[in-house]
Amino acid sequence: MVSSHPQEKSLEVKDLSCIRDDRVLFEGLNFRLSRQQVLLLEGKNGCGKTSLLRIICGFREQDAGEICWCDGSITDSDYFAEMAYVGHLDGVKKELTVVENLKMSLALGQTGDYSIEQALDKIHLAGYDDSLVQSLSAGQKRRLSLARLLITKNTLWVLDEPFTSIDKEGIKLVESLMHEHINAGGMIILTSHHDLVLHEADVQKINLSTCH
Amino acid sequence: MSLISAFIAVIRRDLILAFRRRAEIANPVFFFILVVTLFPLGVGANPKLLQAMAPGIIWVSALLAVMLSLDGLFRSDFDDGSLEQMLLSPHPLTILVLGKIIAHWLVTGLPLLLVAPLLAVFLGMPEQALETLLMTLILATPVLSLIGAIGVSLTVGLRRGGMILSLLVLPLYVPVLIFASNAVEMAGNGLAVDAQINILIAIFLMSVVLAPLPAAAALRMSVN
Repeated sequence: MVSSHPQEKSLEVKDLSCIRDDRVLFEGLNFRLSRQQVLLLEGKNGCGKTSLLRIICGFREQDAGEICWCDGSITDSDYFAEMAYVGHLDGVKKELTVVENLKMSLALGQTGDYSIEQALDKIHLAGYDDSLVQSLSAGQKRRLSLARLLITKNTLWVLDEPFTSIDKEGIKLVESLMHEHINAGGMIILTSHHDLVLHEADVQKINLSTCH
Repeated sequence: MSLISAFIAVIRRDLILAFRRRAEIANPVFFFILVVTLFPLGVGANPKLLQAMAPGIIWVSALLAVMLSLDGLFRSDFDDGSLEQMLLSPHPLTILVLGKIIAHWLVTGLPLLLVAPLLAVFLGMPEQALETLLMTLILATPVLSLIGAIGVSLTVGLRRGGMILSLLVLPLYVPVLIFASNAVEMAGNGLAVDAQINILIAIFLMSVVLAPLPAAAALRMSVN
């Protein structure tokens, strides 16, 4: 059976292909991501970065190949309890307050290392607890959706353009959060057009434009 | 335990949202009241005629009112990405979807239940039929939300799903309409309605158990 020993957690992608509207976005994609590793997806617009992330999240069916989490399929292992996704859509409700949104995320997942107050403090949204999300700026909404990563328990972060609409200081902040997550034994897959500064981290880069 | 708290959190969140979007939520009830009050103006204020038509008028209006509100069930979650987050939850999606359906019923079905007896009296429905009317509404409005959830999860990914939604859902609503309005009509004539009520109970139980499954599966497809 699947071993859940913490050292052995890994995400493995074998021969993955994605075809969209008769166009091959990528094929024969292979990689393995273990603890304390970062995977940065690069490539020009429309080369399938988001599609790959959505396949990894289980939203899309791959056209060929397989994805394994700890040697089991992602659909029948306890994969979803161990991953968190921040995509193009923030996944926050604009009619709810900051804290109500985070409480909802907490109810859907498992309690993580940070409490809601600590997480808000960390992402510089302290004091906004009871503000409605519709009154926040785009960058603040983005930070709020990243706060979700902190309050729930997870190993794998799947981030689609996490730096969109975040200011320079915020980018540094997110990078430090990513660093902390990696050092705590986590793994990250992300797409970004921003030059990532992650010192001492094990960063793999895949350029999807070349995966044909 | 955490599944139950997730289930309750979904219902709670949707109720808070409904409360903050009051105007939108009041729409179905207004629609219901308007349609029922317009009928006497359209067909004439003949008490016998209205009395005979009352069960049908109330049930058709209730059905259309619920259908009008269906699109809101998953639309905003789909648009802002909350649905993606629900799909990624380790909890079974069927249970979370059931939570959303229950919240939908609480904000659309329940208000109909409260105003229907008033409108029934207004149309001159005999007193002995009121109890049956309430009974059929209690049993069948949840069915409308449950069946509607299947249709709406199939069409939420489409830009203009409204027409297809009605085509998908209406045929499944017809049995509910037939049995419910027939029960109210027979109760008005002083006849026994056990058979109709039993069938409505059966439809209700079946849809509670079976509707969330295809709805959850369809949502997964829609998010693709």
